[in-house]
Amino acid sequence: MIFSYELLAQAIVTGILIGGIFALISVGLSMIWGVMRIINFAHGEFLMIGMYIAYFLTAKAGWDPYLTIFITTPMLFLVGALIFQSTIRPILKDPSMNQIMLTLGLSLILQNLALVVFKADVLTSSTAYTRMNFMLGPVVVRGSQLIAFVGSALTAVFLYWFLQKTESGRAIRATAQNREAAALVGVNVRTTYLLAFGIGSATLGVAASLMIPFYYTSPTVGLFFGLIAYVVVVLGGLGNFIGALVAGLIIGLTESVGAAMLPGSLSRVLTYSLFVVVLLFRPQGIFGGKQQ
Amino acid sequence: MKTVWTQKGFLIPAGALLIAILLPIFASEYALHIAVLVLLYAYLSTAWNVLGGYAGQHSLGHSLFLGIGAYTSTFLFTKIGLTPWVGMWIGALLAGLVGWFVGYLCFRYGLKGPYFALVTIAIAEAMVSLTNNINFIGGAMGLEVKWLGNSPLLMQFESKAGYYYIALVMLVIALWLVYWLSRQRFGYHLIAVRENEDAAEALGVDTLRVKIQASILSAFLTALGGTFFAQYFTYINPRNVFGEGPSIQILLFAIVGGLGTVWGPAVGALVLVPIAELARGWLGGSFAGAHLLLYGTVMVLVMLFMPKGIIGLYESIRQRLKRGSSAPEEERTPA
Repeated sequence: MIFSYELLAQAIVTGILIGGIFALISVGLSMIWGVMRIINFAHGEFLMIGMYIAYFLTAKAGWDPYLTIFITTPMLFLVGALIFQSTIRPILKDPSMNQIMLTLGLSLILQNLALVVFKADVLTSSTAYTRMNFMLGPVVVRGSQLIAFVGSALTAVFLYWFLQKTESGRAIRATAQNREAAALVGVNVRTTYLLAFGIGSATLGVAASLMIPFYYTSPTVGLFFGLIAYVVVVLGGLGNFIGALVAGLIIGLTESVGAAMLPGSLSRVLTYSLFVVVLLFRPQGIFGGKQQ
Repeated sequence: MKTVWTQKGFLIPAGALLIAILLPIFASEYALHIAVLVLLYAYLSTAWNVLGGYAGQHSLGHSLFLGIGAYTSTFLFTKIGLTPWVGMWIGALLAGLVGWFVGYLCFRYGLKGPYFALVTIAIAEAMVSLTNNINFIGGAMGLEVKWLGNSPLLMQFESKAGYYYIALVMLVIALWLVYWLSRQRFGYHLIAVRENEDAAEALGVDTLRVKIQASILSAFLTALGGTFFAQYFTYINPRNVFGEGPSIQILLFAIVGGLGTVWGPAVGALVLVPIAELARGWLGGSFAGAHLLLYGTVMVLVMLFMPKGIIGLYESIRQRLKRGSSAPEEERTPA
């Protein structure tokens, strides 16, 4: 293994940029868990849907990839809300295993539906942003990844503002803290669940559009990102907003630096091991319980 | 669950067994292929059911043990020519050891529910990445079981009937084992852990020990199935034995048939596998993944409308008929 500080610096920069996307993919999952105690195992497949929408708009209809955000985000909100109403709401009070099995079933459906409709092809859409790279000392910064990082950060800030300052945001936080008490002071818990699930899914729409210029689309793309989202959310503490953001960066760095140091795809093993260790010794996450 | 399969009830399984034994006489090779898959998945799901159904610890990464069984026997067979008949026990012991380790780690630190599920997924996925990068077991290309002609001593058969009878024997033994265990102290302890762990602990059940034992047994049995899997399909790679797909298929039939029941996994496999395989046969060319689409749909529908599975549905219908009046429906108010 050839080691150099340039390589390490490159890995760190890439890791932070990718970590921003990981964080964005994970906050929605974390919020859904915080509000209704459900792990959506189809989270990665929702992202896949968003990526297909963004792909077809950019590659086939010639849209600017970042303009597709205005389509993918509401579409993903809609997909999330519809799936929540039709399948997840009826089992909210069932044992957690039934919820896991149901969302796992959803992920199978979405993944294989995509396989049937779009075939197993790996689709890449090369846009003007794809080759927009620049040097930062010895380090290559990919413009599309930098934009994705900034976009993720802005989305996170917006979401944070929404949760802190708006009436709906307060309702979501109140429901996450104590459902009964929230209902008592007049929060419509039913609507809040729907809203939380919709917003949690909509963040994936943003992520999908941001990723299109530098990441490929395929029916199984959700597998990897779904798993990454669980890792990040657990690491940051289930339901912990800030925790998910920090953990996203940590996992981005682990993946990227691991890939630079370890042969083959062994960095994956490192990421999953980190996850298992955290679950075993600190299941509440490295930043403690939930604090929305 | 306790009363159905007493004395008279054994007529059904006995009849089913008789039909199963005679099946190869009149079934075509294709029908036998489907039958082998039914038996294999019924067996794997029964093995999963020990930990997932009876002890209530839902592993979503049981492919870990399937893969250990498949890789151990296949590696020993291809590299040093050891017959899978021996290799399968080495694989099972290895898997039992890993089952102990995983069980000890998880249960020692009190992981349950979604946390346990996530750890098991992560470990299985880590194994995919790990085996992808180990070249002497074939890396991402996997291993091929070399065909050395019809040789029962190497678990290789010209006709499907050979595989069929092995799978049948494995399933019968597994079902008998689970049936027997469910009537032993161990079985009652498992159910006690599942229903209310704190209460079980308070009554003096060593819940940690019981859960670890279930994990070991489940892993051991699953790995034996892994060897059969490799011998039957003659090819394994990290994704198709350690991946998410096999993990879901292992638990699916127990869920559909009825969690924590002796017959649930077998009934689930018997109902679902033929439909899925026929769908794959008809649509396979144009729709890769058709059977998984079906499995996903079934999972969602079962969770929504009959979370206790086919056996649970059968039980509630039977009880309703017995009482002559409608039994109270399960409360299920939307949130």
